Amino acid sequence: MEGDTLLAVRDLTVALPIGGRLVPIVESVSFTLGAREILGIVGESGSGKSVTSLAIMGLIDVPGARVSGSVRFRGRELVGLAPRTYRALRGREIAMIFQDPMTAFTPVYTVGWQIDEQIRAHQKISRKEARSRTVRLLGDMGVPDPEQVAGRYPHQLSGGLRQRAMIAMALSCNPALLIADEPTTALDVTVQAQILDLLRGLRRDYGSSVLLITHDMGVVAETCDRTLVLYSGLVAERGPTGALFARPGHPYTAALLDSIPPLHGPRPKRLPSISGSPPTPDERPAGCPFALRCTHVHEACAVRPPLVACGEQDVACVLPTEGRPLPPRFVPEFCA
Amino acid sequence: MVTSVLWRLGQMLFVLVGISVLVFLVFFATPGADPTARIAGRNASPETMARVRVEYGFDRPLPVQYARMMEKLFVTRDLTSYVNRGQKVVPEILEAAPVTVSLVSGAAVIWVVLSVVMGVIAAALRGSWVDRGLMMLGLVGISTPVFWLGQVVNLVTQSRYHESWLFSWVPGLGYVPLTEDPLGWFRVLLLPWLTLAVLFVGIYSRVLRADLVAVQSEDFMRTARAKGLSPVRVLLVHGLRTSMITFVSLFGLDFAQLVGGGALLTEVVFGLQGVGRLTYQGLSNLDLPLIMATVMYSAVFVVVANAAVDMVYAVLDPRVRDGG
Amino acid sequence: MTAPTATSPFASKPVGPWRRAGRRLARDRAAMTALLVLLVVTVGCLLAPLYARDVAHTDPFTSNVAGSVMIDGRPVDIMQPNDNPLHLGLSPIGPTWRASADLLGADSQGRDLAARLLYGGRTSLMISFCAAALCIVLAGMVGIVAGYVGGVVDAVLSRVMDIMWAVPVYLFAISLSIVTVSQGLTLGPITIGSDNLLIPICIIALVYVPYAARPVRGRVMTLRRAEFVTAARALGVPGYRIVLRDILPNVTGTLVVLAPLMMALAMMVESALSFLSIGVQAPGASWGTIIQDGEGLIYTRPMVAVAPGLAIVIVVLSLNVLGDGMRDALDVRDSGRERV
Repeated sequence: MEGDTLLAVRDLTVALPIGGRLVPIVESVSFTLGAREILGIVGESGSGKSVTSLAIMGLIDVPGARVSGSVRFRGRELVGLAPRTYRALRGREIAMIFQDPMTAFTPVYTVGWQIDEQIRAHQKISRKEARSRTVRLLGDMGVPDPEQVAGRYPHQLSGGLRQRAMIAMALSCNPALLIADEPTTALDVTVQAQILDLLRGLRRDYGSSVLLITHDMGVVAETCDRTLVLYSGLVAERGPTGALFARPGHPYTAALLDSIPPLHGPRPKRLPSISGSPPTPDERPAGCPFALRCTHVHEACAVRPPLVACGEQDVACVLPTEGRPLPPRFVPEFCA
Repeated sequence: MVTSVLWRLGQMLFVLVGISVLVFLVFFATPGADPTARIAGRNASPETMARVRVEYGFDRPLPVQYARMMEKLFVTRDLTSYVNRGQKVVPEILEAAPVTVSLVSGAAVIWVVLSVVMGVIAAALRGSWVDRGLMMLGLVGISTPVFWLGQVVNLVTQSRYHESWLFSWVPGLGYVPLTEDPLGWFRVLLLPWLTLAVLFVGIYSRVLRADLVAVQSEDFMRTARAKGLSPVRVLLVHGLRTSMITFVSLFGLDFAQLVGGGALLTEVVFGLQGVGRLTYQGLSNLDLPLIMATVMYSAVFVVVANAAVDMVYAVLDPRVRDGG
Repeated sequence: MTAPTATSPFASKPVGPWRRAGRRLARDRAAMTALLVLLVVTVGCLLAPLYARDVAHTDPFTSNVAGSVMIDGRPVDIMQPNDNPLHLGLSPIGPTWRASADLLGADSQGRDLAARLLYGGRTSLMISFCAAALCIVLAGMVGIVAGYVGGVVDAVLSRVMDIMWAVPVYLFAISLSIVTVSQGLTLGPITIGSDNLLIPICIIALVYVPYAARPVRGRVMTLRRAEFVTAARALGVPGYRIVLRDILPNVTGTLVVLAPLMMALAMMVESALSFLSIGVQAPGASWGTIIQDGEGLIYTRPMVAVAPGLAIVIVVLSLNVLGDGMRDALDVRDSGRERV
């Protein structure tokens, strides 16, 4: 992706106190995000996707948590930023939308009031001006009859409308970066597609970059320019979405791709699944974290593999350096 | 809307009837002795006994007795205290009510303000020594018998340190009506207010803190912080406002129970002639009609307050408004 | 996505929930202190007869207005002319701080206050313990029946509980006490005298049943919808067996956590009833009746009312702290709702 770098994350490590000691939930995660780019972060639940995004937002407030490494946003270091300065950034330059739009709005205020609140938290404008901006935003997000919807309480809206309102709220201050944490997981499939369309349109209409966090490879394929695969708090693979789907370098990526039902051709009787579950952060082995579930595991996996370039991607696996990369796989039509 | 109001009214009526039956059964159908003797009081003459028996229909079946009693309480309102030489009970209660309302309202203001302050501070400083200290203080408040606390307050302010500059303003025990002397009313009630409030400050600050801490992990609190709002605004405008819903429902019930006679012990210790003290006097002379009337009065009050709480609830929580 | 902190550090070691709760409780310094205080108070109160006979050499149940005690080898009258200008006549002796001679002074009847405190504590602890136990048994039954059977039974029981709960607890207890205190209670062939401690125990237990039954019912209703219960029902396991084998063990946590809190509440009600002289009847003593005795002496010999009050505060506070600790240790609050 060309263009200047908006966000550069280097060696981000988030450690939370569990059972009396600091356990790294996310370890040495690095990636960059260009202007108007959509980057997908994929992984199972517990892989550290959400913790990564919360760390970028500066919202990790577990007592005793430690965030180290570097997060540079527009060249400005965010790790260790003073709370007041961070606050001015949150909601204005970096905004976030959450998985479940039902619980993400405060139930006792109208949706419009909550969007107004965000606008007025960052700009000195009147209630009336804020409300007219709110109504315009809701309209832009494809909300029918936005004026009326603004006066509704969250529980009175459908899931799709709520998520549109959520996105409107996130965009209300024209943020350069939008972090979307599983924005479609709680929605119906049809609504899901509409919301993804909306997200894709943002870079054109608002000039925003998007960090899309999901566990759904299909969503990634449809939406993201580049992809970052997290496994047990570590980067497994990162690279352009097309290349990553065509020639996955990490056995975990390949396994994830295998578990998507194919659109064409004979349907397998049973989708392949990855046996076992990822290690919890405090039980993460010293070597490759995927070794326990990997079909290619051998002695070399006892040492944690560094990220190495493999084709267009970077892969944390010994296979490419050993000269026996995974074979290219069937490329689904929708991301060719 | 109309059906929900009617439904609500129906429920209220049901509970009211239920309570009156319960009270009636407690006083007149407890196995053991003849209710006539209870009504007539200690050492009543045979003539009085006979009169009571006819008047209350104790020679007739229970449902008739119940109907008689309700008629006396609510329709003719001529329930008579035999112990107290024929004094009518209902007007006596109406006369005592303003004292109780004064006591409870003032205490309520104090306990709401103090517990909100304590609960919010404790929740904001969760895990710190301030939090632990405030919550332990609340627990001490919950664990202190109010009548004993009142005695100790009296001991300190009326006797031991009454001469010191700190407590020389404290008037003697008793009540001064607000309409007669507002300042006197305030001075005479301040200590009873504080004493009565102690228990509730403890309960409410702990409940509020627990709710606020629980609400911290809600998604919408994270959204509020992600919007770039200040921590104070997040805690008060989003957290406290949402937690207030439980707080208010709790408050309505406690307030009603206190006005309905729950403040009896405080009234007795501070010599305030309220509804509770009336009950207490009834206790000492075994004046059953009086006690029964006050219990009924309190039940009515509680039920009405319950309905009021439900309405406030609907104002506070839009989900309830639509759900009803 | 679950919060990262939710991963249990004990996930790999299979430890029973009760043992784990016990370990957690043992680490809770406040709760352990409270437990220690309760043990000391209980043991002290159980030793009351020993103290009265062998240390104080008095009978705390007979009036001793004309008696005297030995202080520094000289006999001193228990009832003395007092120094308070507002209070005429004789006052009982104040604290002597000598265990053999009215350690904490005497009450209006000239009886040794310290010995009476121990005896009173025995009564107070006994009543509140039994009342809490009875209340929890009753509430457990009501809650399980209402929650498990559901339907009309639940509706009726819940409404009855609502009605009982609408009457202020203290007024309810007072009403029941006033009715029973004059003539006792006759249930068919059984007659319970008005000075029998069973009366306050039953009354206190009864008025708090709605309070304790509510959480039990809620827990049972969640359990009834749980998969293992549905499975058992589908397999045709009889209801009483499901209740005994599946439901009861799972509500035990809720009931156990309630126990110290109920005992604290029961002690408060008991003291209030006794203070209003409709609880424990003379010549019996409880901390509440001693406070009542001390009311008339509050300005001259405040110790008589202050000491039992302090005892109540200490015990009730300890019970509440212990209850808090147990709730945290058993994690009852969160066990009902799980965040997805």
